[in-house]
Amino acid sequence: MVKIALIGAGKMGLSHLSILGAHPKVEIVGVCDTSKMVVQVLERYSGYKCFSDYLKMADESRPDAVVVAVPTKYHFPMVKELLNRGIHIFTEKPFCLNPEESKELTELAKKVGVVNQVGYHNKFVGTFQEVKRLINAGSIGEITHFQGEAYGPVVVKKKSDTWRSDPSEGGGCLMDYASHVIDLINDIISPIESCKGSILKSIYSKSVDDSVYALVESKSGVSGLISVNWSDETYRKMSTSISIMGTNGKIESDANELKVFFKGDKFPTGYSKGWNVKYVTDLTEEVDFYLRGEEYSAQIDYFIKAVLGEKNNVINTFESAWKTDKSISLIKEQSSK
Amino acid sequence: MERIIFGDNQFFAVNHISDEKSRAQSIKFKDDSAIIKTLDIAIAAGVNTFMCTTHDRIANICEIIRKDPTKYKDFKIYPCMPYAHKYANAVTELGIAGTLKQYVPGNFVGSLLKGGVAYLSKDYISIMELLIDAEMKMFKGINTPVIFLQNVITDLLLGLGMTDFLLGFAKHVREKYNAEPGFITMNLPKLLDTLEKAEFKNPIICTSINKVNFRMSGGKDLYEKTLREGRCRVIAMQVLGGGAIPAGEALEYVSNLPNVESILFGASSRQNIENTVDTIRYHDQKRRTGLTSI
Repeated sequence: MVKIALIGAGKMGLSHLSILGAHPKVEIVGVCDTSKMVVQVLERYSGYKCFSDYLKMADESRPDAVVVAVPTKYHFPMVKELLNRGIHIFTEKPFCLNPEESKELTELAKKVGVVNQVGYHNKFVGTFQEVKRLINAGSIGEITHFQGEAYGPVVVKKKSDTWRSDPSEGGGCLMDYASHVIDLINDIISPIESCKGSILKSIYSKSVDDSVYALVESKSGVSGLISVNWSDETYRKMSTSISIMGTNGKIESDANELKVFFKGDKFPTGYSKGWNVKYVTDLTEEVDFYLRGEEYSAQIDYFIKAVLGEKNNVINTFESAWKTDKSISLIKEQSSK
Repeated sequence: MERIIFGDNQFFAVNHISDEKSRAQSIKFKDDSAIIKTLDIAIAAGVNTFMCTTHDRIANICEIIRKDPTKYKDFKIYPCMPYAHKYANAVTELGIAGTLKQYVPGNFVGSLLKGGVAYLSKDYISIMELLIDAEMKMFKGINTPVIFLQNVITDLLLGLGMTDFLLGFAKHVREKYNAEPGFITMNLPKLLDTLEKAEFKNPIICTSINKVNFRMSGGKDLYEKTLREGRCRVIAMQVLGGGAIPAGEALEYVSNLPNVESILFGASSRQNIENTVDTIRYHDQKRRTGLTSI
């Protein structure tokens, strides 16, 4: 059994808590939140021991691992304190407000030797996993260009401020939304290490960007476009997609559908020349408890297994999220030049 | 419950395998008249139950149905609440307390938050009842014999161990709406065990059941075993496995499973609606004649 505590019972936190609550190898030893109402409900109806001070919780409940689901600006101080207590950490994305903080936490986690994971759930989506497999096998030849996109209806009118609309708390489309696309590209192709031009545009928000357009290049020298807009209400929910052009073919994928085109007679088993279409339903392993997408359960299960020593802690490590924070920061800097 | 129930995913651009198809659906069903036309096709095919989420647009559909009581006299709606995106978006913007303040009628939540009201555990069940009433407003005057809790909420509460809210939902639906409570879930075996432990026997459960193990948490074998035991009244949904299985094969599988009381399906075209209904009826008929000949 893994003793787990949660900090931050908001939308993501409650979702993680429910998945953890259903996990046969998890014992929830504490929940920390600043909302009295949330705490009352969790104490009364779920029977969890609740706290308003996360350090008190860490010291009293003695968790093996903690899930951190608070606004981004708190990730750094909280995760640092928890690492110093030798606790395994799963934290929400984006990792930190800047790559300096991410670097410090990455190094500290390595030094302490605990399992460290960040909640970039797309890495657990079947279609994107298959894209990575195809790219690693070199199946579309030399990669020449990519395009990463995400659209959705988060901010579709001028509205009241929350932490997501405050740049100093980690709000904005680049940090919150585009980070998913950047992280996927960094993982599948290679980390974005230069930005040739970028536009961060506010549409409805007063102080943060609602869309991000950037021309970038990866460490491996592949050029790419990032186009992300969270103020697009023609999408019912977030839709993330990537296309990758290669000398032998092309891949187009979103979280539901994977389309691959092979030019010539060389293609992997299960594929053929020309267009191939595969669905996430064919590429996804069932989970033991489903809440809102297999990937959310799968990432938590992976974390638990890593803590138990049943899996290697290699997906969504602090180090990979630090690279993503570096790419985010490049795009941000370029936009103000 | 009727053997075949018509669903609403196609009307609201919910497609589990293709964003392109979902876009095409949202164009096709832009006008309410397109939804009504499709419902009428389903009714003509003999399907009189419509299971739908409490989406704002359903309020317009209810209005049309209320205006024509003769035409829709046998028509039933199974509301599924809440329309989760509405609340999810509100939580992102307003937080959990802010969302409750916005959607719970009256000043109840406001005074609770200020701490002016002494905390009583039943207050939270009352908040849920007020939310149910708000969602049910649009169905006034319409026959709603079964009322469902959407899977994202059922399963969230299930994982959080908040069985009291599941029971509270059931109680309120029975007492106030004289309807049967139903639960949509992606976790049939776990939900059923939990409800039975709370002395809730033979619940109505709508759950993903298909040949390819799609969204059947715990696995197909466990689902088939659970069905054989006949411990609940099941509506099978996502029978096409999100589109992964050819329709004929998918319907043959689900039609022949024991203790599946109803099959839920959604389709946009006359041909698909009629074919689906005919295929289920064909397998039902075949099974019945097979049984009588034994």
